[in-house]
Amino acid sequence: MKSLLVVAGVVVAAFLTIAQFGTAGWSFPPIAAQQHGFRGTGMDQIQTKREAVALKDANQAPAPADPADAGGDKAGTTYQNVQVLKDLSTEQFNRVMTSMTEWVAPEQGCTYCHNTENMASDDLYQKKVARRMLQMTQYINTNWKEKHVNGSGVTCYTCHRGQPVPKNIWFENPGLTAKGLTQPRNNGQNMASPDVGLASLPYDTLTEYLGKKDVNENAIRVNATTALPEGKGKPIQEAEKTYGLMMHMSQSLGVNCTYCHNTRAISQWSQSTPQRTTAWYGIRMVRALNGDYLEPLKGTFPPNRLGPTGDVPKVGCGTCHNGQPKPLNGAHVIDAYPELAKATASAADAKPAPASPPADAPK
Amino acid sequence: MAYYQNIFTQVQVRPLVPEQGVPVATENRIGRPFNSYLAGLFGNSQIGPIYGGYIGILSGVCFLIAFEIVGLNMLASVNWDPVQFVRQLPWLALEPPRPEYGLKILPPLNKGGWWLIAGFFLTTSILLWWVRMYRRARALKIGTHVPWAFASAIWLYLVLGFIRPILMGSWSEAVPFGIFPHLDWTAAFSLRYGNLFYNPFHMLSIAFLYGSTLLFAMHGATILATSRYGAEREIDQIVSRGTATERAALFWRWTMGFNATMESIHRWAWWFAVLTTLTGGIGIILTGTVVDNWYLWAVKHGVAPSYPQVFGPVTDPLGASGATP
Repeated sequence: MKSLLVVAGVVVAAFLTIAQFGTAGWSFPPIAAQQHGFRGTGMDQIQTKREAVALKDANQAPAPADPADAGGDKAGTTYQNVQVLKDLSTEQFNRVMTSMTEWVAPEQGCTYCHNTENMASDDLYQKKVARRMLQMTQYINTNWKEKHVNGSGVTCYTCHRGQPVPKNIWFENPGLTAKGLTQPRNNGQNMASPDVGLASLPYDTLTEYLGKKDVNENAIRVNATTALPEGKGKPIQEAEKTYGLMMHMSQSLGVNCTYCHNTRAISQWSQSTPQRTTAWYGIRMVRALNGDYLEPLKGTFPPNRLGPTGDVPKVGCGTCHNGQPKPLNGAHVIDAYPELAKATASAADAKPAPASPPADAPK
Repeated sequence: MAYYQNIFTQVQVRPLVPEQGVPVATENRIGRPFNSYLAGLFGNSQIGPIYGGYIGILSGVCFLIAFEIVGLNMLASVNWDPVQFVRQLPWLALEPPRPEYGLKILPPLNKGGWWLIAGFFLTTSILLWWVRMYRRARALKIGTHVPWAFASAIWLYLVLGFIRPILMGSWSEAVPFGIFPHLDWTAAFSLRYGNLFYNPFHMLSIAFLYGSTLLFAMHGATILATSRYGAEREIDQIVSRGTATERAALFWRWTMGFNATMESIHRWAWWFAVLTTLTGGIGIILTGTVVDNWYLWAVKHGVAPSYPQVFGPVTDPLGASGATP
């Protein structure tokens, strides 16, 4: 009995020791800590130096294409069915098309969007989506320049990174209802969801806060403005939802809470960092993108591109940021592509592509 | 030296006939006592006899019912998939009713009704266990320090799951039954009420909690260090000091100028432990009921320091247009 216990104890201890080396996801020093607020407030951004280098290397902006001649025929006269970039010169237009291929479909090439027998044809849904995404890029670089993207701007590559479907998109998360439960139990929380940093927080918080345009401006705010209660406050469940959204933002940007907040008084704007303001507008921007640009493409996407509830793929903070506080290391990617920095299409063109269901769509 | 520093008990006393304890008025001891080597490593090697009694059994049954309700609800929340149940167990929970149900006694079972039933049986189980502890202490004609210390923990439990929800007018304010969910609830609770660290009763509770561990470490170390002189007979030495007590006392007077006595150290330890949950419960009961934002409360009363603003002025983008911060 006694020796059996000793052997069992040693085996368990050895197993746990070995297991923790392989499975616990340690961060090994050296650590790079960057102070971000007044001393003593614990406002530091912490990374290992190895992770910081790897993250930087993985987020290099591609070299811009050589500038093209602005003279000559306009693309709108050279080619048919050019709607958004028709005022560019033909050479400039071709330059953007080449860059888009590099950014979005380097392996698939032009045929990812175009029918090579008739380049002007809108047969492929990808082309209709791409046109809308061009307008979205212009919208971001014009309407959100001061408020969010600043000098960096965005190109297709900011999200796509050489993939036709960007890596960090999200869908509505119905939980396990799809498999037979008639309604989610537990207030839609308590499942390990990557969207909320694998916490047990509400897993569909992005749908509520980022999925559509008309969200109550105070929806995310749960703190009382007075020391003592003056009326009915928000329930804990609302705080958990907000917490879930904040986990998404933190994960998406690769920062901790103190990048924006002084966590001793997380709701106080006067103690927050300027990044909080940028993030606040970022939330509004994402809502506008999802509401005005992605959601209207519902009929354009084939069913295999839609989520479990038939919803369109949507933008979150991580779609552009990809784990960095400034996407692509803060490179000013828009400088070489002024045609993407202004809205070149008229308001009439800014309507989404007509929603013609794809041929293989279920009737 | 190593003899005194072993983490396990070194001496296992095994009587030839298992010890039955002192005779008391109510004899209701179940089971034939036996000796266990494993138990002897941590405590007394003798297992049993245990006192049954209808209150203890009722308490056990109530606990099992609550345990089953929580477990089956967790299983239901993963659509009765045993693999997902094991994988996601730490994430799963039985949640209290949604805010819209207020203090309704029995909302639909899958929308918090089960939570109320499980809570009822768990609470009954705990209270019955308290009664059993109290009655056993009386039966042995010892003091009731243990049940009263347990009562302090029950106070915090009742505040969190029963008293505060009633004061707030909604069961939804209570804690979910689950491993990670109750931790996330705790974090969200502090965030919702403007940082619990500024709650003075939370401060007290932390001080007593950490103080308890410090006292425990100091006392345990002192007794082990002087046990070669007979310090394990510490209660004896309250009135009849031996050299162990003298050495222990001198050690602390040397190192910090003051020493507890063999009696006072146990009173310190008891009060620190009891006050941890007692003050904690007061802190929770005040949160949301009479204080809505502890940070602002702390500013109002000069508790929270102000730091220099290292950034330019950062203002609420919603400005004064009826926004909450």
